[in-house]
Amino acid sequence: MTLKLGIFYFLAAFTVWAAAVVVLGKNIVRAAVALIFGFCGMAALYVLLDAEFLAAVQVLIYVGGITILLLFAIMLTSRIGATTARVVNDQVILSAMAAVGLLVGLIYASTSGIPAMSGPPRLPETTPFLGRALLTTYALPFEAVSVLLLAAMVGAIILARKE
Amino acid sequence: MLKLIWLVPTLPLVGVVINGIFGRWVRERAHLLAVGTTGLSFLIALGIFLQVLTGRTLNWDVYSWVPVGDFHATVGFQVDPLSAVMMLVVTFVGFLIHVYSIGYMHGDPGYARFFTYMNLFMGSMLILVLANNYLFMFLGWEGVGLCSYLLIGFWYQKQSASDAGKKAFVVNRIGDAGFLLGVFLIWRTFGSLHYAEIFPQVAELHEILAQPSIFGLSLVTWMTLLLFTGAVGKSAQLPLYVWLPDAMEGPTPVSALIHAATMVTAGVYMVARSSALFDAAPVSMTVVATVGALTAVFAATIALVQNDIKRVVAYSTISQLGYMFLGAGVGAYASAIFHLATHAFFKALLFLGSGSVIHGLGGEQDIRKMGGLRKHMPITAYTFLLAALANAGIFPLAGFWSKDQILHAAIASGHVWLWALGAAGAFGTAFYMFRLYFVTFEGESRVDPHVAHHIHESPRVMAVPLMILAIFALGAGLFGTSPEHSPYYTFVNPVFRAAGEGAGHQGPSEFTMALVSVAIAAAGIALAYQMYLRRRELADRMAERFRGGYTLLLNKYWVDEIYNAVFVDFGKWLCHRLWLVDAKGVDGAVNGTSWLTVLASHLSARFDFRGVDGLVNAIADLIQGGSQAFKRLQTGVIQNYLLAMAMGIFVIVSLYFFF
Amino acid sequence: MIPLSHYLILGGIIFSLGVFGALTRRNAIAILMSIELMLNGVNLNFIAFARYLPQTMLQGQVFAIFVITVAAAEAVVGLAIVLGLYRNFKTVNVDEINLMKW
Repeated sequence: MTLKLGIFYFLAAFTVWAAAVVVLGKNIVRAAVALIFGFCGMAALYVLLDAEFLAAVQVLIYVGGITILLLFAIMLTSRIGATTARVVNDQVILSAMAAVGLLVGLIYASTSGIPAMSGPPRLPETTPFLGRALLTTYALPFEAVSVLLLAAMVGAIILARKE
Repeated sequence: MLKLIWLVPTLPLVGVVINGIFGRWVRERAHLLAVGTTGLSFLIALGIFLQVLTGRTLNWDVYSWVPVGDFHATVGFQVDPLSAVMMLVVTFVGFLIHVYSIGYMHGDPGYARFFTYMNLFMGSMLILVLANNYLFMFLGWEGVGLCSYLLIGFWYQKQSASDAGKKAFVVNRIGDAGFLLGVFLIWRTFGSLHYAEIFPQVAELHEILAQPSIFGLSLVTWMTLLLFTGAVGKSAQLPLYVWLPDAMEGPTPVSALIHAATMVTAGVYMVARSSALFDAAPVSMTVVATVGALTAVFAATIALVQNDIKRVVAYSTISQLGYMFLGAGVGAYASAIFHLATHAFFKALLFLGSGSVIHGLGGEQDIRKMGGLRKHMPITAYTFLLAALANAGIFPLAGFWSKDQILHAAIASGHVWLWALGAAGAFGTAFYMFRLYFVTFEGESRVDPHVAHHIHESPRVMAVPLMILAIFALGAGLFGTSPEHSPYYTFVNPVFRAAGEGAGHQGPSEFTMALVSVAIAAAGIALAYQMYLRRRELADRMAERFRGGYTLLLNKYWVDEIYNAVFVDFGKWLCHRLWLVDAKGVDGAVNGTSWLTVLASHLSARFDFRGVDGLVNAIADLIQGGSQAFKRLQTGVIQNYLLAMAMGIFVIVSLYFFF
Repeated sequence: MIPLSHYLILGGIIFSLGVFGALTRRNAIAILMSIELMLNGVNLNFIAFARYLPQTMLQGQVFAIFVITVAAAEAVVGLAIVLGLYRNFKTVNVDEINLMKW
């Protein structure tokens, strides 16, 4: 077992554990914090996959933005200490079955349909590449996404303001 | 000259047409045409009669009436002694009565109508006696029946009058049915209806005629019996006499002409005319004589106690007709016709006299309210007396000769009981005739006070015919004093072949019988004299002692009531029952159908409602149930939707993998 | 080398966990967090493929960038809605909010 593989396994277990806490955690704040950990784990995995820009973006946006947002929302909407309510609703069994089924399918797809490939030994620097791609080939989606962000912002303000 | 015969019936018919159509304008002068045509007919008839006296006869087919295949009937006339005598009697008496009617019917609103009908009657009667074949005779036969109905019911506003007219017609019809059947039989056997073709054949077809038919009677017996039923109806014999007393509802001249002198004698004429057939059927002749004799006695008994002047005379007519048939039945056809003629004179006289009395008393007909009228109405009284004597058969008046000859023929035929019945009837005749005379014209007056003021003798136009008829009632008998030698018999006998002579001359002589007859009649008159003139209380005491018999006779043996109950009421009951069946049946069917239809529609409606509604409701319920079930999908909880989505993805993915 | 399938399976696990969480958590914010998890799993897939498959323009990573952006926008709007929900219903337990129930 190479180092990389071991690191991979470690990071995978870490992320999965964090995801499990998010999904099953009773305390919503703890879930949010676990989500932070999960995001961080994901970022590490991105680095492992030679996608350093995305790792940075992940940490910036997800951890730095979204989770903060989540925490604010949690703060605004919950009685933080309340743990008496149930975690899962009535359809837990069916949902578990569906999720497991999906997982099985995905695993099957992942292992049987993909030929074993290794790819280049190392990707070139992705950041400048991505930058160039975003502004030339993918300029349209780029602009669209910015409009989307604007819309989202405006929408959120309207939705959230006091009546 | 003989060929003028066609005028004799036609002239009155011309009167019918003109008076009938123009009656409204003619009115009070209608008699001029009517009496004129009748008088003219009489003159022509007289002329023809004189011709026939010289021995000439005529059988003349004027017009081919019904030529159909084998059947051939004509409008034709037969002029021979028999029809000549009849024709003369009819036109002469008819003419006198027409004259009388001018006075009697004066002032009546239906004056023109009366003379129209009278002329129609004259025409029909003359056709009857002058026809040369049964079909043409039947035309006249029916015609006189019609006129009888019209004239009996002349005052039709009166219920009893119109009922009497109907009764006459219906009872006559029964006889006519029999008559027609007889005519059919004749045609089938002889192939023709003309006298001249039938009577000569009777001897030839003797074996065929003598063949036994239904009930063992021979063919010719049936023929003659059926013809005789027609005579029974038309001439008012037992049992079809019931219409004649009621016929007195008509005006008195009608009673005189139709129900005394002429129409009722048509039956006798018909039998006499068919003498060849009757001679071949001894059974029928016995029947004829018996019916005649029984009727004579029967009617006489009823006449004994009747209180209406015209009723007495009517029953007398029935009785005398019985004598005529008695004579015909024993083979003395000529005597029967002779009695017919003499009877016409004195019976018409009796009726016209009664009419005179009624007219003079302002309408009273009950003899109990009369009496002592001779002082006030001498002409009527004396002519009435002469007629009564003639009717009773007193020598030397007309009735004596003819009735006596009949009775002698009866006893000569060997059937003594026929003579006995006839003699009893003669006694009764004399008695009731003089009862009538004494009660009406003699004794103290029992007339109503207010009527008494107006009693008057009839005007000349009515009195003169009475006197003329009286002359004939007196002297007509002298034409036929002896069956062998007198003018009448030598004239008429040839028509009847060897009939009367072969009937036998057994029994007492004519002279003896004549004495017996007169004695019987005298006894009757004497009794009547005692009971009604001398000691009135005798009549009442006898009525008391024999109360049952008296009531029986007064009520005419209740024959009318019996007929009513048996035939009329039964008929009505049957009709009602059948109507009920029909009504119930029809109603039931109709109602049943409608009920069924309603039921069917109810059922179909029910089914329709249940079915259709059920279907519609079921569909609605189905949809509602379905929606009730499906709406639960929409829980409002998003996670359920997400779960569904996830499961769907899973299914699609797995499908994708495995297929 | 780490086989591609490992990354894919890992991505699958995270995605499934996210699905499970989205379907079963009662707290609306927790659902949003589960959705973020799902998006992350997908991102991992994309980036793994970008690394291991020959591509000229790193489409995988580009796509991942867009996913992140959209995820961010969606999280914002989602949370705004959750706030509105909280204001109206005084709760963020989604199974108590069933106004759209039949």
